[in-house]
Amino acid sequence: MAQVVRSPKLYDVCIIGSGAAGGTAAKVLTEGGLSVVMLEAGPPLNPEKDFKEHVWPYQLAHRGVGVGGEFRQELGDEFMAPNGAWEIEGEPYTSAPGSQFHWFRSRIVGGRTNHWGRIALRFAPMDFRARSTDGMGDDWPITYEEVSPYYDKVESYIGVFGTKENIPSAPDGIFLPPPPPRCTETIIKKSCDKLNIHCVPSRLAILTKPLNGRAACHYCAQCGRGCITASNFSSSQVMIPPAQATGRFTLITGAMAREIVVGKDGKAEAVAYIDKATRSEKRVHARAFMVAASACESARLLLNSRSTLFPDGLANSSGAVGRYLTDSVGSAAGGYFPQLEKMPAHNHDGTGGMHLYMPWWRYDRKNDFLRGYHIEFGGGRDMPGVGDFDRILEEHEGYGASLKQHCRSRYGTYIGFGGRGEMIPNEHSYCEIDPNTVDQWGIPVLRFHWQWSDNEIKMAKDMQETFRAIVETAGGTFISRAKPDGSHPYGIQDGGVIIHELGTARMGNNSKTSVLNKYCQAHDVNNVFVTDAAAFVTNPDKNPTLTIMALSWRASEYLLDQAKKGSL
Amino acid sequence: MATKSISRRDILKTLTMGAMAGSVLRAIPAQAAEYAHRMVASEKAATAAGVYAPKFFSPQQYKTLQALCQAIIPADSDSGGAKEAGAPEFIDLLTSENPKYQLKLGGGLMWLDAECTDRYGKPCLDCSPEQQKEILDLISYSKNAEKDPGLSQGVEFFAFLREMTADGFFTSEIGIKYLGYVGNTYLLSFPGCPPVPQA
Repeated sequence: MAQVVRSPKLYDVCIIGSGAAGGTAAKVLTEGGLSVVMLEAGPPLNPEKDFKEHVWPYQLAHRGVGVGGEFRQELGDEFMAPNGAWEIEGEPYTSAPGSQFHWFRSRIVGGRTNHWGRIALRFAPMDFRARSTDGMGDDWPITYEEVSPYYDKVESYIGVFGTKENIPSAPDGIFLPPPPPRCTETIIKKSCDKLNIHCVPSRLAILTKPLNGRAACHYCAQCGRGCITASNFSSSQVMIPPAQATGRFTLITGAMAREIVVGKDGKAEAVAYIDKATRSEKRVHARAFMVAASACESARLLLNSRSTLFPDGLANSSGAVGRYLTDSVGSAAGGYFPQLEKMPAHNHDGTGGMHLYMPWWRYDRKNDFLRGYHIEFGGGRDMPGVGDFDRILEEHEGYGASLKQHCRSRYGTYIGFGGRGEMIPNEHSYCEIDPNTVDQWGIPVLRFHWQWSDNEIKMAKDMQETFRAIVETAGGTFISRAKPDGSHPYGIQDGGVIIHELGTARMGNNSKTSVLNKYCQAHDVNNVFVTDAAAFVTNPDKNPTLTIMALSWRASEYLLDQAKKGSL
Repeated sequence: MATKSISRRDILKTLTMGAMAGSVLRAIPAQAAEYAHRMVASEKAATAAGVYAPKFFSPQQYKTLQALCQAIIPADSDSGGAKEAGAPEFIDLLTSENPKYQLKLGGGLMWLDAECTDRYGKPCLDCSPEQQKEILDLISYSKNAEKDPGLSQGVEFFAFLREMTADGFFTSEIGIKYLGYVGNTYLLSFPGCPPVPQA
């Protein structure tokens, strides 16, 4: 091992991770007057170089699917903003026998906010009181009313479009005007109206008006490629810049945190990290630490921070670190809609992502399962891409003029649906340190254990039935590969695939059963905070990012307050 | 041109200085954003001019590939075909980089020539148009492989080639135009759905 280099400087706060949680903390803490150093395991983001906004597929020799077609039918492609991957060379993770878990990780400034669908949903009051409502899982130590002012702050700053709907499962926020629906969306809304399913303007962190110095959306539908005008939200373009503007912010990239080092007094005093460029270990010292590396990466760092004072890992006297791991319940299907064949050519792009969505609509009755789900959908006359015609070719064999015409008439006539439901934590789903494996930096890796329970399978079944009803009511033909049995009953996706994994350092009032207090502060070590989705007690059917930012904002204000009182 | 006096570098600097230099992104004029988009797009455009030299397929195989691509998606009065769209180049490039594609497509073309030689005494490219139609009609329907298992490898090969050809055609400039995709542009507001024709 190379010589350990100690940084002479003592920062007020060290933030580990630059995504939704870390970026928010950086902005709030530096603007509050503290000096902040941020460690990011990946490189800086260079929009000018990295973003492929407005590039046509034919302008790239591989048409977007990369060398050897490696991205054909994959989540990524050559167009997407640099954001992350299911596998990172030299940084493995493992799954216990019988467990199927996939972990999408990001190693770049901004983290997964460079990638996310910008779906910005508030949790509902009932989401914070899950156990009180149905006896399963646990309640949060905080209420909607306590978080709501922070939702206000986040929405006002980042910009979210939407409409006031007064739906109990989907609280209204501070909204910019929504864009009008696309043709596909008007068809589905009509069908949902007949079925008494809420179908309302979606809530996306995309600007429909200029806000806080950022330009409005120009409706190219390419948010996933990265937005050179920063009209959509990413931590890298919206949270990091104001932190930098204060002059109190230091960003260290290529810094893979290995351990939080604790002093004799039981307080954290430094982060030991690997400088990837030199493969040497360095340390950065601070008065307080905000762990914001993404739920599982944060749990990994705590578990790897063992010492004589904390033999089971830092802040883990409860044994809850790594436990209560959940992801959203996901199941997908689609439909062919003949009426779309008659549509004249027109611009269907819009914002990146859906203009309408279906919030959970059966909150007022007893269902076959506990909790709920929302529905996302998309399709229509999108920019053609490699792999888009596979299904059409499967339906229409042969070759020649009729095949060519068939492809054209079917283009833009498919709509896909995805359910996103709440998983209840169970004792079989967790992550821990794999005793046998380290990554290329010598850091022990995570091993995942995963199991869906019956409640989630029933929810996936209900999703499939609902998708069918929506498609058929609209006069479409239902298309689904989901089967009631097998490895993925009713099309339920493997754990981690929806990329809403969370809960691995949950908050609570009882230090024996939770890791953090209600301000995301570790019960065991009061100068350590975990402000990403590890802190979540439940995983409601709302994408977690907006709540990550609200809780990180709240924790940062609390930390500022503590700093003013001199109690750090 | 309104943006003539602004250099590309200046615009990109304005656009990215938030992330790069540490100030909040400032509002930028709409034209400047659009101009930057065009600059980025044209700069990133791949240059593929002149005669294409296949990277994987032999000259003879490549000619067969071109003919098959064009048979799958032919030119018609609305647009050129797969060949004009650059599908063979796209397929050759990916195949040159992917051992699985090399087996499927390289091996598939060998199978096709062998089958044509068995049936007609010459490789596919030298067969008469009627003979070529006959063999393509056989390998383009999966039910034929059920009847005659000897065709199954050919059916498998042709199904994959159809996918690759469609990929190459429908992601090309002429293919995208043929489909009638409209977009990838700069709009001040999104117009929503035009009136849907009555069923």
